[in-house]
Amino acid sequence: MSVTTSQSAKVTLPTDEQILITREFDAPRHLVFKAITTPELVKRWWNAKRGEVTVAEIDLRVGGKWRSVMVAEGFGEVAFHGEYREIVPNERIVSTEVYEGAPGGDENGTVNTITLVEKDGRTTLTTLVQAPSKEIRDAIIESGMEAGMQDAMDLLEEVAISLR
Amino acid sequence: MARAATTTDAFNAVAEPRRRQILDALAGGERPVNDLVRQLGLAQPQVSKHLRVLRDVGAVDVREEGRQRVYRLNGHALKPIHDWVKGYEQSWSDRFDRLDVVLEELKEKEEGDVGDD
Repeated sequence: MSVTTSQSAKVTLPTDEQILITREFDAPRHLVFKAITTPELVKRWWNAKRGEVTVAEIDLRVGGKWRSVMVAEGFGEVAFHGEYREIVPNERIVSTEVYEGAPGGDENGTVNTITLVEKDGRTTLTTLVQAPSKEIRDAIIESGMEAGMQDAMDLLEEVAISLR
Repeated sequence: MARAATTTDAFNAVAEPRRRQILDALAGGERPVNDLVRQLGLAQPQVSKHLRVLRDVGAVDVREEGRQRVYRLNGHALKPIHDWVKGYEQSWSDRFDRLDVVLEELKEKEEGDVGDD
């Protein structure tokens, strides 16, 4: 058994309209590809610590649509959808992503490029998020900031319960 | 697209790709201006202009060494940016921690299947 070392995702901002997320996984890339393109599997990890993924639809072909809905505690439904533009099995997925709660609809969506690179049985996953403007890019990061604070509150609650 | 002419905070200062290159170069240690000019392939006045902006927001510090000006990174001034991205980064870390668990199961399953082929 390999030791599970939980490492953090690394986020950088290559340009004003971009976000780059990088993380290495202790698994070959065909399994990473499977885990990010199979609805039942996506449902298990996409929610992070926040709520439950109620919908994970994936029509994995160029022009095919995807949609995910998460019910976040104290936040209600959060839904995203998009379309696949390019698929190279086990290597690369280019798709659009639209947050359904944002004004402007599909116009304010991002184009996300996921790349999987395997080395010695480990896979580095990078997601490049290309937003239509700096404003949208910044709004995406700020939404994460709220989520991060929510995590902190959850953690605080766990600690508080453990102290009872 | 109109751009703000003045650059008053760390966010704006690092929004410029050339200035990010300078910060990247300085991340490896302090450097004289000439080094930066050479590495970036820009004219000296341009580099100096970018360095001035970075200095104004405190992102870099400068010291005189003989006739040279040597610049170094001041990470403290960039902390607001780090904090800003941290929440977003955390939500992805949480997601990927769960993905680790899924992958571990897929690996075990695959290893179990090998004998069946």
